[in-house]
Amino acid sequence: MEHLADVVNGDGGLVHRGRHVDLEWLWQVDAVPYHVRIQHGLVVELVRGPVLMRSHRFAVRGPADSWERFWAPMPRPGFHDLFAMMKTGRASIDGDLQPLMANLRYFKEVLAAPRRLADGHHG
Amino acid sequence: MAEFEPVTGRYCTLDIEGRRCRIYIEEAGSGVPLLCLHTAGADSRQFRHLMTDPAVIDRFRVIAFDMPFHGKSNPWAGFQDEEYRLTTGFYTAAVLAVADALELERPAVMGCSMGGRLVLHLAGSHPERFRAVIGLEAADHQQPWYDTEWLHRPDVHGGEVAAALVSGLVAPQSPDEFRWETLWAYQCSGPGVFKGDLHFYRRDSDFRDRIHMIDTTRCPVFLLTGEYDFSCTPTDTLRTAKDIPGVEAEVMEELGHFPMSENPARFRTYILPVLDKVARL
Repeated sequence: MEHLADVVNGDGGLVHRGRHVDLEWLWQVDAVPYHVRIQHGLVVELVRGPVLMRSHRFAVRGPADSWERFWAPMPRPGFHDLFAMMKTGRASIDGDLQPLMANLRYFKEVLAAPRRLADGHHG
Repeated sequence: MAEFEPVTGRYCTLDIEGRRCRIYIEEAGSGVPLLCLHTAGADSRQFRHLMTDPAVIDRFRVIAFDMPFHGKSNPWAGFQDEEYRLTTGFYTAAVLAVADALELERPAVMGCSMGGRLVLHLAGSHPERFRAVIGLEAADHQQPWYDTEWLHRPDVHGGEVAAALVSGLVAPQSPDEFRWETLWAYQCSGPGVFKGDLHFYRRDSDFRDRIHMIDTTRCPVFLLTGEYDFSCTPTDTLRTAKDIPGVEAEVMEELGHFPMSENPARFRTYILPVLDKVARL
């Protein structure tokens, strides 16, 4: 998680795809919420929560086990996609979903970005 | 001199449930007619690899057409004032109309996803018309995994969101080139078309109460589903297969919801043995 900004901001194509994204969202791993601030597709701030009364447009939540399997270099069926995990209750989304759905490829690629670290392609 | 593929395309105008529809039809090869039905929100380009595979077209006349609103088949006149919603009746009539137009004699029919659902209906309702049906990513029904309202609204690009949603249905092992070619069809889809197809797939075509209609001694049924397909899951397909005596069902490893287009080399290792059996029928 700590390397999310490096991976996302170092990918010019991904940043370009998120150029219209300017918001804060929440990525929850187990009980730990991470507040992720995006400006023009760049991850400009990542704060490990909880932070009292800090708001966000939408949240993506799941247990650490789900994310670890999701980030495997070659994930197993059911752990290879956010919606696959949602269908089986291994992840969830809530809040104002419009910016997520309007930029779905961007956010799915941000969620998958840590897979590149596991893959050894970065860092 | 450029090397041309053996695929040719033609148009014909057909009357389908009272609608005048100009239909684009592609074909390649000769032998047993094999009519191919594309997935929801896509078009017949999904079968282009099958149409250039000598192991297939040496024995089969492979035919694929674009449903109205898809690919090179335009919407019918007056579409601009309607909400497009595909029904089981219209989809069935379209397939029969194309088979009649081409004067196909008991073709085999292969459909993927919504096409896979339809081939179950065809086997149940029109066994005399088809020598066999092949359902790819097919089941009697399945659980929805997102709200289709997101597919057609002014503040979300329909093509972008459709492609981003179904991108997860492609197996991670599938080559990037073919993954993105598969997704391109979704990115190109007309406004509301994918959503309208899903009206058929999710609401109108539930096959659970009709599955007893299938008699595989009259029309053999083959089912193939990719292990990474979480829309029509292997569990959905195998559950369906349990209720069809005589069916042949197989789960395809390292494939997703679009086997013929996302990883043609891997798909052929599964489809060629099935086509061998169909050729012998």
